[in-house]
Amino acid sequence: MTAALLLTDRPQLRRGVRAATDPLSDETVLLFPEGVLILNETAAAVVRQCDGCLSVAEVAQAVGEVYDDVAVADVMSLLRDLIAQKLLVANRG
Amino acid sequence: MDRPLGLLAELTYKCPLHCPYCSNPVAVPRAAELTLHEWCRVLAEARQLGVLQLHLTGGEPLVRPDLTPLITQARDLGFYVNLVTSGVGLDERRASELAHAGLDHVQLSMQDADRGAADEIAGARVFGHKLAAARAVTAVELPLTINVVLHRGNIGRIGPIADLAAALSADRLELAHTQYYGWGLLNRSALLPTRDQVVAAEHAVAHARATYGDTLEILYVVADYHESYPKPCMHGWGRRHIVIAPDGRVLPCPAAAQIVGLGIETVRERPLNEIWHHSPAFTRFRGYGWMSEPCRSCARKEIDFGGCRCQAFQLTGDASRADPVCQLSPDNHLVEAALRVVGPPHQPLHPRSNPSVE
Repeated sequence: MTAALLLTDRPQLRRGVRAATDPLSDETVLLFPEGVLILNETAAAVVRQCDGCLSVAEVAQAVGEVYDDVAVADVMSLLRDLIAQKLLVANRG
Repeated sequence: MDRPLGLLAELTYKCPLHCPYCSNPVAVPRAAELTLHEWCRVLAEARQLGVLQLHLTGGEPLVRPDLTPLITQARDLGFYVNLVTSGVGLDERRASELAHAGLDHVQLSMQDADRGAADEIAGARVFGHKLAAARAVTAVELPLTINVVLHRGNIGRIGPIADLAAALSADRLELAHTQYYGWGLLNRSALLPTRDQVVAAEHAVAHARATYGDTLEILYVVADYHESYPKPCMHGWGRRHIVIAPDGRVLPCPAAAQIVGLGIETVRERPLNEIWHHSPAFTRFRGYGWMSEPCRSCARKEIDFGGCRCQAFQLTGDASRADPVCQLSPDNHLVEAALRVVGPPHQPLHPRSNPSVE
């Protein structure tokens, strides 16, 4: 199932999901009741912007200012994937 | 080298409920529970090993009067802290205290959507307490998963169970078939659903998911006795998880203590780091070298790790055999035989009794 996502949605971590730093690897991890997801550096940068206030377009712009090769489509694809995994909610309207 | 990600801390075997499907051991050694001081040391050792998630369970962890300082310590160390509870004793004041201590998530057990059936299987009049506990959890804005163990007696009420979870504003509903360990194995013939019931349950789950969509996430943990291949038990022996029993015994899974001659050590005798890396209980079935056929040459061994060592031990007496649930196992007839003797709907159950602990 592909989750619908608009550029104006304001994504944030779902209740019960917490971002943390792995003490062994220093990588960013998402912690949730049934598991752990290790994020790569750009994915971590995207997730850190997902505060429920910034829109998808604004998240992509903010991350694009730090990483040169981040396309909006890539950000959308990552966010859709995290929404499908029930780790992120979209917040609309 | 793999590192552990999750620690299942069994704080006590005491429980106000008497569910006959409990996977706790039927007989537990008479040994004192770890103190708060001991748990705090063990948590620090677990953190150094790389453990990210702490599941506080039992028995009933709320029985421990030092649960709040334990959660505070766990959050200070950086753990994601999950409480697995019956909800008995979880009023809004206690829920608020636990939330302020840093608890991340609550898994609340419910037995059924029907009050009478729920209280009967729990062996205690607790249905009302559980409704109140669910409301207390959501009132303090803690995320809530409702866990329901499925068996012959409640598997026909998946729809009403989902309705109840939604009405209680749960974030998630986990419907998990009984795992036949401990009391569950003792009561297996009375708990096993029929194949028709399992098929109907799958339809009921699909229907409930369609009804509730994104408002209630529904997880369904399959009935391994009715599957063709075993579950990837614990994601591999000694690979991702550590279980610590109330008396400090360190185990690769909650049921492992029954395996004779495993060489189990306790955190009272040896640092957790050494136990994880070197204890015979952890090295015995780690990796693939212990496997015999049909697992050794099986393409699925990296998917299911040969299934469950405890199930192999329980059903065959040899923990190194393939999980008898597997259709490729030479012992699969043992599971088939258990499924053939599924009895009438109402059979006497042995309720879980409480351990006599000094």
